[in-house]
Amino acid sequence: MGLKSKDLVGIKALDAADIEQILDTAAGFKDVLGRDIKKVPALRGKTTVNLFYEPSTRTRTSFELAAKRLSTDVINFSVSTSSVVKGESLRDTALTIQALGADFIVVRHSCSGVAHFLADNLASSVLNAGDGTNEHPTQALLDLFTIREKKGVIRGLEVAIVGDILHSRVAKSNIYALKKMGAGVRLIGPPTLVPDVLKDLDVEIYSDMEKGLKDADIVMMLRIQVERQGKGFFPTTVEYFRNWGLTPERLARAKKSALVMHPGPMNRGVEIASDVADGMRSVILDQVTNGLAVRMAVLYLLAGVKE
Amino acid sequence: MAAFRIPKGIPVSKVLLNKEDIGRIITRMAHEIIEKNKGVSSLCLIGIQRGGVHLAGRLAARLEEIGRRNIPVGALDIALYRDDITVRKEQPVVRRTEVAFEINNEKVVLVDDVLFTGRSIRAAMDAVMDLGRPSAIQLAVLVDRGHRELPIKADFVGKNVPTSIDETVKVEFEEDGLEDRVVLEWV
Repeated sequence: MGLKSKDLVGIKALDAADIEQILDTAAGFKDVLGRDIKKVPALRGKTTVNLFYEPSTRTRTSFELAAKRLSTDVINFSVSTSSVVKGESLRDTALTIQALGADFIVVRHSCSGVAHFLADNLASSVLNAGDGTNEHPTQALLDLFTIREKKGVIRGLEVAIVGDILHSRVAKSNIYALKKMGAGVRLIGPPTLVPDVLKDLDVEIYSDMEKGLKDADIVMMLRIQVERQGKGFFPTTVEYFRNWGLTPERLARAKKSALVMHPGPMNRGVEIASDVADGMRSVILDQVTNGLAVRMAVLYLLAGVKE
Repeated sequence: MAAFRIPKGIPVSKVLLNKEDIGRIITRMAHEIIEKNKGVSSLCLIGIQRGGVHLAGRLAARLEEIGRRNIPVGALDIALYRDDITVRKEQPVVRRTEVAFEINNEKVVLVDDVLFTGRSIRAAMDAVMDLGRPSAIQLAVLVDRGHRELPIKADFVGKNVPTSIDETVKVEFEEDGLEDRVVLEWV
């Protein structure tokens, strides 16, 4: 019992038992969230610092609320109003925050490997809230939690991940997690965004969405970053939607019981049609609620790791 | 002839209560609960995970037989309310709290298998208070082994067992695939 590392840097470093333990613990927290009094005293006296070098509302808010519901004090360190603009290095900023007594540092950064770097350099627990194109472990954990909650199992399911896999840390964490838990993974998208080398991850690759979605149990859509338009990955967002947008007709290729997921924020009419996003099979808002329970579980379990 | 010595490290145990004893005790405790509360109206049972949950279920079944009335039974997880979270070697496992009924203005009987330091009960009372405001909280335990560290006393006790601090009291239930019994172990 208990996690092995003081940090949650990525799914890659976890094994199936760790993932299972986090999901089981999150189930306990989910029922705390259903009560009138949603706060528990478990981590009273601890301090959580949100260190976000990239814009984020949902992940930051979710971590903040999760930390508060566990009774930790939360500080949101906003990079734009900090010494970072005066040229302070990442390491110095992090050491300063640690010296203030932070027990948990939640970090998001546009460079891959930042969470790993901080984890190695700090005694505080580091939680990766997204590093470059590397990993976004809590998103994958909340996705798995949602799948398990709705489907009962993860092993044996066919999960189709659609979109910009190449630049997506959400996709990467999900691929690692789903494979570790015994699910089949298919990646769907234009070859520029879903290159063949990804086959090394033991997944199937499709550029034809109709084929890729056939009999899938889960359809996981990724956000198409509009900034990528005009960089040679795909011609226009309109064309992207025509080929890889999730429409009700395309969704009909998947199993009748298939769930539609999206990590948010959604671009309606680019990667997903509104009818699908708001449809019966969408669990997009469940994902947000479950994110809170999963992040509470991770904070709680990391607090128990003694090194 | 050398004196008989117990080899070091091997646990030695003694069965304190067997299945029949436990059955009789539960019947007696059910009657005591009814006597103290003058019936079973506005009474509910909440078992503390895990042993207390099994015990609460059985007590409720007896109370229903005697009182001819449905008794709400819930399960309470106290992991998040413990005072030793930051000093324990491992985090306590978070289990589900399932209290699917209103406890406001009800009499809550907390049920646990073993009463020891009293710290679990303190945590349980905090957890119950977060669910509502009961008119009273009472405590029923199968075994009271002493060594209280907080001013807490049970209202209903199955058996008082004086123990030494390095002994352990293990309660096993059929619900967990074991035989019903209470065992005193020492190393």
